Amino acid sequence: MNAIVIPIEHVLLLAAVLFSLGLFGVLARRNALFMLMSLEIMMNSVALAFIAGGARWGVADGQVMFLLILTLAASEVAVGLGLLLQLARRFGDIDIDAASDLHG
Amino acid sequence: MDLILFYIAAAVAIASTVMVVTRLNATHALIYLIVSLLAVAVVFFVLGAPFAAALEIVVYAGAIMVLFLFVAMMLQVGEAVVPRERVWLRPGTWAGPSLLAFVLFAEVVFILAHGQRPSSGAGVGPVPVGIALFGRYLLAVELAAILLLAALVGAYHLGRSYRIPESSRK
Repeated sequence: MNAIVIPIEHVLLLAAVLFSLGLFGVLARRNALFMLMSLEIMMNSVALAFIAGGARWGVADGQVMFLLILTLAASEVAVGLGLLLQLARRFGDIDIDAASDLHG
Repeated sequence: MDLILFYIAAAVAIASTVMVVTRLNATHALIYLIVSLLAVAVVFFVLGAPFAAALEIVVYAGAIMVLFLFVAMMLQVGEAVVPRERVWLRPGTWAGPSLLAFVLFAEVVFILAHGQRPSSGAGVGPVPVGIALFGRYLLAVELAAILLLAALVGAYHLGRSYRIPESSRK
């Protein structure tokens, strides 16, 4: 019965780095497919933080929240990829700047 | 011991995620993203959450990434196929993901050869997760079901192929 020796700060640091990389992807890329992938990275890092918290206190709530985040990510990908196909169909391009008609 | 495994998996996760956000080819980025998700799954396992690690691989790296790949392939249909296939067979395109995946594979082999699950004493197995999920969190499960249904209907609606002028004329 070995206790968890991984410091939670390091796991949270990993989650923060992954979240920052995902945020960078959303901000820097204009390809809608890459933006959706970056969103996935961000949600995955949040799930990692939840798992780390649950492991730190030895409770199941962290993994329950992971399951809910998994559900949210699956729904987001389904709707997001549907929007992406519409974008490609209407503008012939998945560049997100093609859909800036509401810009005014 | 767990610490070293954790740091290697964390390094693989960060390296492959950097490659994801800097790739120009969507398919290459997806391959790196799969490696990144596998690395995070190893982190989950080392943290004592084997159920979450299995779900990460099955749902994220399995189902969601296949969805992404389908769309990435769908959007590249008109392209000339033969030069693309030739590019994909060059070592430069698959050496990076293979190397990172091999590191994770070495970790798994090491864990299996060592004969013990890391953090087996302090980990949270599937049983308490299931009890909590269908006990205290039952309402959240119902809400997740409604969310999935809404996403299904939304994806079906958005995925239909119809001509825009005809639909607005109706």
